[in-house]
Amino acid sequence: MKFINYLESITGIGIYPLIGLVIFVLFFTAVSIYLIKGSKYHFDEVSRIPLDLKENVENANNKIID
Amino acid sequence: MELQKFQYDNKTVKLFAYATMFWSIVGMLAGLLAAIQLYLPEANFNIPFTTFGRVRPVHTNAIIFAFVGNGIFMGVYYSLQRLLKARMFSDFLSKIHFWGWQLIIVLAAITLVLGYTTGKEYAELEWPIDILITIVWVVFGWNMFGTIIRRRERHLYVAIWFYIGTFITVAMLHIVNSIEIPVTFWKSYSWYAGVQDALVQWWYGHNAVAFFLTTPYLGLMYYFLPKMAQRPVYSYRLSIIHFWALIFLYIWAGPHHLLYTSTPDWAQSLGVVFSVMLIAPSWGGMINGLLTLRGAWDRVRDNVALKFMVVAITAYGMATFEGPLLSLKAVNKISHFTDWTIAHVHVGALGWNGFLTFGVLYWLIPRLFQTKLYSEKMANQHFWIATLGIVLYAVPIYWAGFMQSSMWKDFTEEGQLKYQFMDTVTYLKPFYIARSIGGLLYLTGAIMMIVNLIKTIKIGNFHEVETDSAPALAKEYKAHATDHWHRWIERKPIQMLIVSLIVVAIGGIIEFVPAFLVKSNIPTIQSVKPYTPLELHGRDIYVREGCYTCHTQMVRPFRDEVARYGEYSKAGEFVYDHPFQWGSKRTGPDLARVGGKYPDSWHFNHMYEPSSMAPGSIMPRYPWLIEDQLNATNTIAKIKAMKRLGVPYPDGYENNALKDMEKQANKIAASLKKDGIETLPDREIVALIAYLQRIGKDIKANNSKSQANK
Repeated sequence: MKFINYLESITGIGIYPLIGLVIFVLFFTAVSIYLIKGSKYHFDEVSRIPLDLKENVENANNKIID
Repeated sequence: MELQKFQYDNKTVKLFAYATMFWSIVGMLAGLLAAIQLYLPEANFNIPFTTFGRVRPVHTNAIIFAFVGNGIFMGVYYSLQRLLKARMFSDFLSKIHFWGWQLIIVLAAITLVLGYTTGKEYAELEWPIDILITIVWVVFGWNMFGTIIRRRERHLYVAIWFYIGTFITVAMLHIVNSIEIPVTFWKSYSWYAGVQDALVQWWYGHNAVAFFLTTPYLGLMYYFLPKMAQRPVYSYRLSIIHFWALIFLYIWAGPHHLLYTSTPDWAQSLGVVFSVMLIAPSWGGMINGLLTLRGAWDRVRDNVALKFMVVAITAYGMATFEGPLLSLKAVNKISHFTDWTIAHVHVGALGWNGFLTFGVLYWLIPRLFQTKLYSEKMANQHFWIATLGIVLYAVPIYWAGFMQSSMWKDFTEEGQLKYQFMDTVTYLKPFYIARSIGGLLYLTGAIMMIVNLIKTIKIGNFHEVETDSAPALAKEYKAHATDHWHRWIERKPIQMLIVSLIVVAIGGIIEFVPAFLVKSNIPTIQSVKPYTPLELHGRDIYVREGCYTCHTQMVRPFRDEVARYGEYSKAGEFVYDHPFQWGSKRTGPDLARVGGKYPDSWHFNHMYEPSSMAPGSIMPRYPWLIEDQLNATNTIAKIKAMKRLGVPYPDGYENNALKDMEKQANKIAASLKKDGIETLPDREIVALIAYLQRIGKDIKANNSKSQANK
């Protein structure tokens, strides 16, 4: 029984990983540019969304938070 | 702007929290039982329902989908409402989601114990339950997106991105991997066979880890950690990179579960490359989590929830460092099929998922019940017992895995295998004992937590009506002049969903499209023939009893494996295997070449009392196979289903199937009789022997023929 590497016989198989790589590079370049150029104020602001200040004050008063 | 008043739905959160606690104990008990069975086969109790092959899927499914699943929903339902300043979209959908999920779990537990399984790891549930999962998952997504659309906070916080990514990817994975042809209400065959089935299954299996055990929990980390530490996440920028890079890379990594198997080499390499790259976003996320506590480490000292979080994030870092390491072919050839992998996943499961869930529960329950934790001291004891439990669990089986693999590969100077397989099994027993003690400690800690939380609930007062207020979102959003395209994604949930789907679909498509083209390109090995009806029944018994949980059917092209088992496995040998049964753990020896190795009577005696044939064996007894009559009523349906899947039985063969079956069964019964064993030919054991004697033999026939021709 002969055992050959079948996949070599699929023509143009190389294009799939190439497309993937191109999309990967483009997308991440774009995200990186956005992150470098984006406003610090915006990021600071949105990173505080989970911290509800009002709740913290309340909690400090009735000492639920330990 | 006018403030709108609204109430959070705490009831659903509470229900999911209770379910998380309850199923954690069930899942861990099943795990402990399975762990004990590995050195005490009597703990299988000689009945089918409690045998390792069925207990193990119960354990994995209970931990992943019941314990962690409910943990995800608990955290999502709590954080989503608060991050969006909105009540959950629909109380009715929440109710269906909660009870639907619990129904799935109960059905899963019952059917797995009864032996209804697809035989695909972590996707064992049969097709009616698969459909139910799809429905309930859609309900969850609908409820989540409804809430997002009614939100009062423009920006979607990063935790929500992780939830959206989880939702869409799990949907895709579940649907693609579960495509199967029903034979009866509780039996189906995977649409894929052999190599393709393996690639789809491990694309699913790896991403069940990625998108069920990791991404939703990262979402929880990004919400609950800042909340507990009362400071924002270290770097929001890093969290954006973390999200996109993680979901993009994770989806490709599946084939690292198939290194050195009969899968195409390019797919294996793809899996390795992406697995290695995964360390970057994973560690980015871990560092982001740990650095959130910079300047607040003093809070860790006296906040038990934070303690659990810190160990959870550290365990995430360890597991995601080890993952890429295990994906390297040089390491994988040592670790794969051994307990090393089990140790690795338990650092993740016990450390990352377990500890993060415990941390969230300790933080959440007192808040839901407007009180303080009943006993901080007890919670601290839980922390230390559980940490010790993880160490005692992982270290012995890391050692065991490494040693077993080394023993497998050891040759004498004369070039003979140095150890019998049984020698390595005997060597492992003390490590298995130590591991189960570690598991017991961990379980003890979890019980302490539940006692502590129940007492907390008793002294507390459930906060059913929690009111909050926020201004409504302006209908018309005025973009800033300098607004950026990514901001467009950040405020639009549907865009986020679509971009996430594209990002995860790329990897899946690139892995599959060629793999499916392979089918037409595989020169079917001529001597590989479809299973006879009796063998097919035997194979279904093999699947039902979960033999794949301990036995592999994959001889890798290594000197020691070829010497021990025979000719290495070829892709063309598995073309009729719906589903594939390569397994992932070699607790017992490989079975890829077991056909014809022993006489029929050996298998009969071995199934009745394994240690009579293999002294020192830790395999459980299967006496019911000898007593139970084979259910042959669905033979025709099975052959028909196989034909629909493309297995080339001759036209109208289903009508001859029963006759052929009887002939083959009589032959085996006669061969058993010759060795002094009286059995009826219609017993399950006969079918199983037929299958076992067939495995891996087709290619041997080919070899002997070509030798004869010479």
